[in-house]
Amino acid sequence: MSRQSLELAGSSDLLQARLSARTLAQRAGLGVMDQTRFATAVSELCRNALTYAGEGWCHLTDLSDREQVVLQAEVEDRGPGIADLTLAMTDGFSTSGSLGAGLPGARRLVDDFRINSTTGGTVVLVRIIRRRHAA
Amino acid sequence: MRVPLLRLNARVLIVPLHADVSDDDVIGFQRDLTERVASSEVRGVVIDVSALDVVDSYMARVLNDTARMLRLLGSSVVLCGVQPAVALTLVEMGRNLVDLVTAFNLERALVKLDEQMRLADPVAADPGDADEPPVA
Repeated sequence: MSRQSLELAGSSDLLQARLSARTLAQRAGLGVMDQTRFATAVSELCRNALTYAGEGWCHLTDLSDREQVVLQAEVEDRGPGIADLTLAMTDGFSTSGSLGAGLPGARRLVDDFRINSTTGGTVVLVRIIRRRHAA
Repeated sequence: MRVPLLRLNARVLIVPLHADVSDDDVIGFQRDLTERVASSEVRGVVIDVSALDVVDSYMARVLNDTARMLRLLGSSVVLCGVQPAVALTLVEMGRNLVDLVTAFNLERALVKLDEQMRLADPVAADPGDADEPPVA
């Protein structure tokens, strides 16, 4: 298991998070489609942290075992939290003038999506899970 | 790093976005491009995204908005070089995330752009080209 934590403070950190996500997926043996799904989901979540909280953290973890490849990204911030999670997960809803495709879009790219938001901050956890092919 | 605006000729610009384009670069690119189109004879722009291995919803919005701004200024826009994995993620993420005229590569994009520019402004499409029959 490998784990790395990145601090998010500006748009260059976003690029770094994306690159690290792709590299992790590549090392885990995932194809370019899954690498792109994972990197894009991480990009959406990190951007949300930067937009709504100004800063945050992105933890990337490889939880793979012999049976399956499991990549996890956990993005947390100490922002004001999401007032209405159901609304935030709806396509086209945004409080910042964006397309409102970030969270619902990221959810469609991954296999596991969990979000926990309070007035003290937001944590989003996503996983891409791929069964290993028998050699 | 600034996004370069490459001049193909007086009327056409080619804009290659680089792989590590940051949010600030992207906003700079939108501003530079609209200013350039508004203040020159440029009537066609190709935006080449072949270097981008991730296009998230923010980038999609910037591309859509930029194209819309350029069209309002009377310019035609074609996007080219969308990587297969990028196309896949954009479609999976949601409908109509990218709402643009696209072409497979730069060469095809220039052909498509030429068609669009003729449709948009048939009289000015070929100034001084005697070989072309006059447009009715």
